[in-house]
Amino acid sequence: MTTAPKHLKLTVAATALLALAQPAAADTLRLLTWGGYAPEGVIEMFEAETGHTVEVTLSNNEEMIAKLRATGGGGFDLAQPSQDRIAGPQEEFGIYKPMDLSRIDAAQFIPSMLEATKDNTTVGGEVYGVPHVWGTSGLVLDTAKAGMVADYTDLCAPEVAGQVSYRLRRPTLIGFAFAMGMDPFAAYGDEAAYAEILEQVESKLIECKPNVKTYWGGGDELMNLVRSGEVVAAMAWDTGGWKLNEDNPDVTFVAPASGALGWVDTFVLPAKGQADDAAYAWINFVMQPEVAAMITEVAGNFTASKGADEFAPDALKAKYQASFTPEALDNIKWYPPVPAGLEAIEGGVLDRVKAAN
Amino acid sequence: MTAPDLECRALTKRFAPDAPPAVDGVGFSVPSGSFFSILGPSGCGKTTIMRMVAGFLEPSGGDILIRGRSVLSVPPNKRPVNMVFQHLALFPMMNVAENIGYGLRRRGTSKPEIARKVGDVLERIGLPEIGTRRVDELSGGQKQRVAIARCMVLDPDVLLLDEPLGALDLKLREHMKVELKALQAAFGTTFVYITHDQSEALVMSDAVAVMNRGRFEQIGSAQDLYYRPQTPFVAGFVGDSNRWRGRVTRVDGESLELQTDGGLTLRAARNGRAIAAGDRAEVFVRPEAIHPARDAAALEGCANMLRGEVSTLLFNGAASRVRVRPEGAGADTEIEVALPQSGAFAGLARGDDVWIGWTDAQAGAFAAAAAE
Amino acid sequence: MTGTSARLGFVLLLAPAALWLTLLIVIPHIDLFLVSLRERIGVGQYTTSFANYGTFLDEPLYLMTFARTAIMSVLATALTLLIGFPVAYYIAKLARGRTRSVLFLLCLVPFWVSELVRTFGWMILLRETGLVSSLLQWAGLAAGPVELLYNDAAIMVGLVYTSMLFMVVPLITTLDSLDDAVIEAGYDLGGSAPSILREIVIPHAMPGIVSGCIVVFMLSLGNYLTPIMLGGKDSLWFTELIYSQFILRFNWELGAAFGFVLLLLSSVIVWGTLRLTGQTLRETMG
Ligand SMILES: Nc1ncnc2c1ncn2[C@@H]1O[C@H](COP(=O)(O)OP(=O)(O)OP(=O)(O)O)[C@@H](O)[C@H]1O
Ligand SMILES: [Mg+2]
Repeated sequence: MTTAPKHLKLTVAATALLALAQPAAADTLRLLTWGGYAPEGVIEMFEAETGHTVEVTLSNNEEMIAKLRATGGGGFDLAQPSQDRIAGPQEEFGIYKPMDLSRIDAAQFIPSMLEATKDNTTVGGEVYGVPHVWGTSGLVLDTAKAGMVADYTDLCAPEVAGQVSYRLRRPTLIGFAFAMGMDPFAAYGDEAAYAEILEQVESKLIECKPNVKTYWGGGDELMNLVRSGEVVAAMAWDTGGWKLNEDNPDVTFVAPASGALGWVDTFVLPAKGQADDAAYAWINFVMQPEVAAMITEVAGNFTASKGADEFAPDALKAKYQASFTPEALDNIKWYPPVPAGLEAIEGGVLDRVKAAN
Repeated sequence: MTAPDLECRALTKRFAPDAPPAVDGVGFSVPSGSFFSILGPSGCGKTTIMRMVAGFLEPSGGDILIRGRSVLSVPPNKRPVNMVFQHLALFPMMNVAENIGYGLRRRGTSKPEIARKVGDVLERIGLPEIGTRRVDELSGGQKQRVAIARCMVLDPDVLLLDEPLGALDLKLREHMKVELKALQAAFGTTFVYITHDQSEALVMSDAVAVMNRGRFEQIGSAQDLYYRPQTPFVAGFVGDSNRWRGRVTRVDGESLELQTDGGLTLRAARNGRAIAAGDRAEVFVRPEAIHPARDAAALEGCANMLRGEVSTLLFNGAASRVRVRPEGAGADTEIEVALPQSGAFAGLARGDDVWIGWTDAQAGAFAAAAAE
Repeated sequence: MTGTSARLGFVLLLAPAALWLTLLIVIPHIDLFLVSLRERIGVGQYTTSFANYGTFLDEPLYLMTFARTAIMSVLATALTLLIGFPVAYYIAKLARGRTRSVLFLLCLVPFWVSELVRTFGWMILLRETGLVSSLLQWAGLAAGPVELLYNDAAIMVGLVYTSMLFMVVPLITTLDSLDDAVIEAGYDLGGSAPSILREIVIPHAMPGIVSGCIVVFMLSLGNYLTPIMLGGKDSLWFTELIYSQFILRFNWELGAAFGFVLLLLSSVIVWGTLRLTGQTLRETMG
């Protein structure tokens, strides 16, 4: 009879333990990031130098926010959403905590990028993000077969019918809007105007649907489609085009006439992060030019680290220069912060496009 | 003369080309309205014959005729025979009336006609009230009768029954034996019944075939098999027997003398079988053919007379027996003797000295099979 | 004394199951339901209302997607049954010994790899530059590459393939329990193969058929990867809507409402089927 209460206590204690998901030791950095942003080699160097350990979870913008929202900003100590996805979710869900800029070595950043990111991620006077990796999305083309495609709207041309692919996500809406001569970013503040732009994009996308082979979901899927030759023109990230270029010199990334869409992935601190020291240490560590170049080599994209270009692989630099003329570089449309609530309008459009036939 | 209801000619079944046939050249015919049994030990091929007759197995050789017509090319659902399965195989998803009506429905009989026939047959099997019962609500005996009714309602030329009493307990089995015979008489249908239980076969049948290793040893009435077995297998299998093996020392007309391996000298009848002096032979004597006596004088007229000692008493009321160890024979030779129902030897006790004797006509001799 | 300790023992024995049930099933569902009742009226501001359910009913797209998902799932279930029944019958009644175990293992093979890999496998087979297309061209049955992917037929193939085991196993179990002699008795009494199938085999297998169908229907309805990957631009599956509301639109409220609608409607469909076939859940699951 004496054992029973003991049992009970044990059970209760065990349950309580389970319920209070074990807090991580302070020197473990739980990093929520994109594939390629935290290469093995960099992690090893960081762990050797600082004594912290790093646990990496790979994700994408939407899932990062969904994960942090589900835990109220817990479970991770450092996350890397794009800069346009910080202010909105922060206002709506409060999933981040402000950056202590004094703990960041600002001298390691390209100043213009740091300032732009700070501006874009300021909510209530507090800065929430600093830039890390940047890149663009545009067109990945098999220039031999789809040389006529110069802008997103050309994906709807009969010449490439059935051999086109893009994602059914917000960048596609934005890209098409620009290609159709509109400026969706200017309408961000005005829901009605934005909805009107999207309405036109919607009808264009529905009209264009027969041309599409499939809406790609993951990077691997797109790579397979282009590599097999089933798709000759797609809307995709610059690195995807450059990677495909290694296998087939005809395939490459092309900045669309209306301008490539520029994104910046950042560092943010989740609201319930428990290893801020390690997080700041990681930021300062990876922004060193040599380390940043290592990341560029793996991820395929350039970083906001000042002077890292020097260490970047020449082949990549060559591809980058081939894809971006100085004018194209100037013409990059950088995503401004997405105001909370716009996703709902975009969601309706995307659903209707998906349903149309 | 009308053709028999069922006739098998040289029926053979081989399951594998190199294995011995499960059924080997079996021939028999069953006259209309009779009760024919196939009796044999487990695995001798009884079910195989049945399944060939019912059409579930294709014979490797021979022919099956029903009312004079070969049915080899007729599929099972078209043959005018029905089968009561060993475990009855009632349809669990239907009630009793639906079970019985199944065959009629398949024949396209009209609904009222089916209801009438089902009611009739339930009446005849003495279960008029159970039409709406579920099958699993019936007792063993009731299921038995429903299974028979399900076939009988189709009025088959031949009803095949594969050890239908096997699943019942002893008491019920005794009861159903009598009932089955009565049902058969009432319906007047030809029954082919298989069993490994000799008392079932002997009690119910007009004719019994004794089967062993795929062959029929003997076909005859119960009395024939019991009193006039034609093969040592039948003699040993049907009823109880004392059995000796030995060498024939002298043949004298129908009578012969045999020296058993146990050292006894016995006289037996050869019943017209070819046995010569010097042959190896087997002798079978039924326990009830052996008379016990207090002294030799009481056994006058018995060609075989032995003196011995009661080694075991087997009391079983009217069917009591004793085992006697004869003088001058090996310790393992024991003779089973039925005690007369008069109760004259009721006082016999273990260790008592008795005389036993039997006539040579009661001792059937068979030439021992070459292999033995 | 012994009474209380026995009761305590019972409670302790039951505790893991009860805990599991409440922690992992009941509580999340209550929470999800509460979320579905929140209506967003401004940045970070919510009131309680049924607006999200209203959205589902008002937007024909959502209703249509649900209807399409349900119909396709019913179709997939029917196809799985149609293909699975002969397979199960063969395994349960005709195959013997080794063949039987080998066939059964074959049904299990798809589950040795993850669903993702399985679906990729089909994509490799069915894509324009894939195996089937090449074979067709090689055999001269097609002039040029044929795209077999990204249509409803491809979804169907994937769903049926994924579901087969869940149909075949309960069918084998029930068919196994049908005595061969009962089928023979059917023939013996004059039944033909179709009538025996209809009157004896199917009624006997009904519990297996219904439980297999329920499982396959629910699996198909709740499948995400197969319709998305094989269906491509026209997949339009209800789970996809839920996913996109939760993950892409940050609209948990609508996503939760969709989740509940799915739960409710699928329960209604299953209940209706049970009623229609005269089966009870107890019979089917017991
Ligand atoms: N389908 C089959 N394949 C191979 N051999 C079989 C098959 N069916 C029966 N046998 C063999 O044929 C022989 C006769 O079998 P059968 O079932 O006819 O015996 P039985 O006399 O009915 O025995 P029991 O009294 O035990 O039912 C047996 O040796 C059995 O192993
Ligand atoms: Mg048998």
